[in-house]
Amino acid sequence: MTDLMVTLFNGLSLGSILLLIALGLAITFGLMNVINMAHGELIMIGAYVTFVMQNIFINYIPEQYFDLYFILSIPIAMVVAAAFGMLMEVSLIRYLYKRPLDSLLATWGVSLLLQQLARTIFGAPNVGVKSPSFLEGGVEVGSMYFAYPRLFILGLALVCLAGIYLYFYKTGNGRRVRAVMQNRQMAECLGVSTRKVDLITFAIGSGFAGVAGCALTLLGAIGPTIGTNYIIDAFMVVVVGGVGALFGAVAGAFGIGFFNTVFEFWTNASLGKVFIFLLIIAFLQWRPSGLVTTRSRSLD
Amino acid sequence: MLKLADLEAGYGESMVIRNIDLEVKENQVVCIMGRNGVGKTTLLKTIMGIISPKKGEVNYQGNDITKKRPSFRAKQGIGYVPQGREIFPKLTVYENLLIGLEAGNEKEVNEKVYEYFPILKEFRNRNGGDLSGGQQQQLAIARALVSNPSFLLLDEPTEGIQPNIVQDIQGVIKDIKENSQTSMILVEQDLEFVKSVADYVYVVDHGSIVYEKAAHEIDDEEVYQYLSV
Ligand SMILES: Nc1ncnc2c1ncn2[C@@H]1O[C@H](COP(=O)(O)OP(=O)(O)OP(=O)(O)O)[C@@H](O)[C@H]1O
Ligand SMILES: [Mg+2]
Repeated sequence: MTDLMVTLFNGLSLGSILLLIALGLAITFGLMNVINMAHGELIMIGAYVTFVMQNIFINYIPEQYFDLYFILSIPIAMVVAAAFGMLMEVSLIRYLYKRPLDSLLATWGVSLLLQQLARTIFGAPNVGVKSPSFLEGGVEVGSMYFAYPRLFILGLALVCLAGIYLYFYKTGNGRRVRAVMQNRQMAECLGVSTRKVDLITFAIGSGFAGVAGCALTLLGAIGPTIGTNYIIDAFMVVVVGGVGALFGAVAGAFGIGFFNTVFEFWTNASLGKVFIFLLIIAFLQWRPSGLVTTRSRSLD
Repeated sequence: MLKLADLEAGYGESMVIRNIDLEVKENQVVCIMGRNGVGKTTLLKTIMGIISPKKGEVNYQGNDITKKRPSFRAKQGIGYVPQGREIFPKLTVYENLLIGLEAGNEKEVNEKVYEYFPILKEFRNRNGGDLSGGQQQQLAIARALVSNPSFLLLDEPTEGIQPNIVQDIQGVIKDIKENSQTSMILVEQDLEFVKSVADYVYVVDHGSIVYEKAAHEIDDEEVYQYLSV
């Protein structure tokens, strides 16, 4: 019974981590069909922003306010990653919307560039970020233990999800995005500036990568290649969930998270990974367009 | 208001329309007729800026807009009701209308539009894609009207629609002509309706204008000669 509960919670926790790292990609890849190989590096940027914030607080801010660094890091990581996303959109991606292969190669180049930039600025070895004190420890329920950072990430993923829902379905900007993705040409003919919509949407997707990076500092040390560890998972979540279905990513993330945990529980970490890959391949044979199917016609 | 000079446009390398000279004056309704596939839609797409012409000029209210994007033209007051309606299928009827507001300065959907098409008020929360063809056509027209355009492009607004809705739509077009300052280009196959609403008529064949006359001077036989297959 306890085992089952623990496995369930671990699955939920892993699912929420996967969701957080895939949310941004669900927007840029799922909605806009841009294959952005540098998405992992946008996550890395969010993580380093958190690292820098921590150092600023250690060096310049009275100690009793230290914990605030993490709260502040979340929006700042989002803004910085969004700014990098904007830069990429304006200088590169804008010209490659209709050329997925070129954008794959070009963004891969950007990803190497950003990794090198991080290495130059912060050095090659991993750096640690000290979690704020309010996220140390956890709650014990009977013989089970729920670590605060994992609960926090679960909450953060849900908050981000709610934010994305509200943005896309309750705001004028979100309505414009949906119109452009459904019929780009007609939206343009009705006066919607599709260029502006593309820019803002890509920036938002990038911003959520930044938030994910910030959250990942709670789970371990960070380094220039942190993004490469997560990029495959992120694409997997979006593909399993269904490209173009924004909220398919939720099902994808928790599905993969749950099965991954179960497989690891039965076997071991590396074998579990093999099984989850096999499962995903089998699943995509059965449903090639993912769990939730809505065709995105963004680039017709 | 709108002047096309020596326009040539098409898709890729193949040119569909050429040597197009056309003028629409203030408050005028200009009808374009012609058989299937002669390039009427292509002409409207070029005016809207979806296709950029290979040659010639699109002049709107005295400005050369040949190189401007469609969204710019929309904001200058050109409203477009495309053939095939192009409703946003996963946006509600009301959201479709709100996108229509992007082009103008209006903040709210004008009640007038609901008077024209009451069904749109009743179905305001349905998805655009769930409406019937006739209802979608009404929505497409309403969506173009909410921004109070000064110039309307209507591409076969009554094509493939049941008779009583055709009458509604024709009534709306006449009402716009009589009660507003909006100029119009209307692509239409029904000569009787054309004669009742148009000020000036162009007939297109093989991508060029082959016949043009003020509506009251039209000789039915001559027009039919170009329309018959
Ligand atoms: N997207 C496109 N790509 C290539 N060729 C096209 C495209 N759209 C139309 N054409 C071709 O251009 C020509 C003119 O088409 P157009 O749609 O302008 O005709 P139309 O006069 O509007 O016809 P209809 O009365 O059937 O609406 C046709 O031969 C058509 O096959
Ligand atoms: Mg046509």
